[in-house]
Amino acid sequence: MSAIQISDIRKSYSTLRALDGVSLSIEPGEFFGLLGPNGAGKTTLISIIAGLIRANSGTVTVMGHDVQTDYRAARSQLGVVPQELVFDPFFTVRETLRMQLGYYGLKRNDAWIDEIMENLDLTNKADTNMRALSGGMKRRVLVAQALVHKPPVIVLDEPTAGVDVELRQTLWKFVGRLNREGHTIVLTTHYLEEAQALCSRIAMLKAGRVVALDTTDALLKQVAGSQLKLRLSGAPLPESLKPLQIPLESTYTALRINHNEEIEPILACLRQSGCIVEDLQLQQADLEDVFLQIMDGSNA
Amino acid sequence: MIGFQTLFYKEILRFWKVATQTITAPILTALLYLMIFGHVLDKHVQVYAGVQYTAFLIPGLVMMSVLQNAFANSSSSLMQSKITGNLVFILLPPLSYWELFGAYVLAAIVRGLVVGLGVFVFTAWFADLSFQEPVWIVIFALLGAAILGTMGLIAGIWAEKFDQLAAFQNFLIMPATFLSGVFYSIHSLPPMWLTVSRFNPFFYMIDGFRHGFFGQSDVDPLHSLIIVLAFFLALAGIALNMLKRGYKLRG
Repeated sequence: MSAIQISDIRKSYSTLRALDGVSLSIEPGEFFGLLGPNGAGKTTLISIIAGLIRANSGTVTVMGHDVQTDYRAARSQLGVVPQELVFDPFFTVRETLRMQLGYYGLKRNDAWIDEIMENLDLTNKADTNMRALSGGMKRRVLVAQALVHKPPVIVLDEPTAGVDVELRQTLWKFVGRLNREGHTIVLTTHYLEEAQALCSRIAMLKAGRVVALDTTDALLKQVAGSQLKLRLSGAPLPESLKPLQIPLESTYTALRINHNEEIEPILACLRQSGCIVEDLQLQQADLEDVFLQIMDGSNA
Repeated sequence: MIGFQTLFYKEILRFWKVATQTITAPILTALLYLMIFGHVLDKHVQVYAGVQYTAFLIPGLVMMSVLQNAFANSSSSLMQSKITGNLVFILLPPLSYWELFGAYVLAAIVRGLVVGLGVFVFTAWFADLSFQEPVWIVIFALLGAAILGTMGLIAGIWAEKFDQLAAFQNFLIMPATFLSGVFYSIHSLPPMWLTVSRFNPFFYMIDGFRHGFFGQSDVDPLHSLIIVLAFFLALAGIALNMLKRGYKLRG
């Protein structure tokens, strides 16, 4: 049984086709990344999984429960951290968390609430009104609210947008622990280095379609090797090296290489051509390269 | 059941935390009505034989406060949650549409009755009130609050901005309340307005409620009860259907 099974989901808003036949399966225990540019349909897809939006067609199940026909079971298995920084201004942090627990039909469990607050560094804000919290603190409460009913599947919709380094580290430490304890994590983020560091598998959405779906390692391998960045003087780049050149708006010349052993022959060729190497940098391909290639539609 | 209890508790806590605005202010408003209308009309108007005008007015003001505050509670709570976006905390959990309906309407009933009781406690000093058939007082107060709580829920779901909610309140709830016999007996109206009043469900709520005090009313309270009950069931059906379909709540 998949943690989340999405089958041919379609959703349109008047003329806009937000999701155009999305299918993917997220397995229990995975740390799954959902990436895509603004307007790709990530939040729409998450809203459909959470039952906040109804799809025009297709089905979604959470831990085997259909989010429409068996919505109560599906929702009890799911914790969602919404993208928008929303809060109820009438209540304190502790009241907010107690109520959220109750909405899931669970009895008061202050020990667990205290533990969540401790892990998210919220303990000294427990009796503070939500209005009085900073943006970062409100974000922590949103995360706490999503975890309060101990859901096996946790969806975080851009949880680190506009938050400081400290919170990011606190958050990823806690979410990483939850993942190791068996929780399935689905993450959308604009910080690709986060996705690369955390996610074992990634789906990329573009204009409502899945354009890439693979393990993070396999996606990284799609981008050939590394970049050798050189600052040259004395003579132009020899013709024999031009096929390796990657267009770059910089004073540096970038060459694509597959193995580090290729560096020495390149340097020898440059010496023979009269090029002087003033500076040299070796840059490993990262998810951003993969992302940009896929979004540009060129998988070369 | 815990989900329903929690949402109900949250709704109570919400208005309780701003009691000056949600309880004290409407009580003061009703007192002002009583002082002004009672002072001007007490010596000149007698609606029922042997009942002074101020005594006639008090149950009307109590019921008007119950109705307006029950409506205000569910409508403003839902509307605020929609506008600020925190409605998501209620839409994400596995709360059934029955639980949502029950919690919002029951909290609206509590707010309506608390304000109504407050108005009664402070106005009862100004006249000699009798309690001829108190069971009608309880029945119509409960049903009236339930109806307006349900109307508030419908308005809160339907309205997309405060402007639309204000229109619902000012062009529907306020006229229906004021033209329902809070300040007068509909028998004192010209025939055409008398007929129009008979199509106003609010009239039956207030008339039935008042019957509990004086044992006399414009319409038989049993007749009023049937109309009011039918009206509630119809509104509850509409509200439950909206919640079940996720109308304007789930895109």
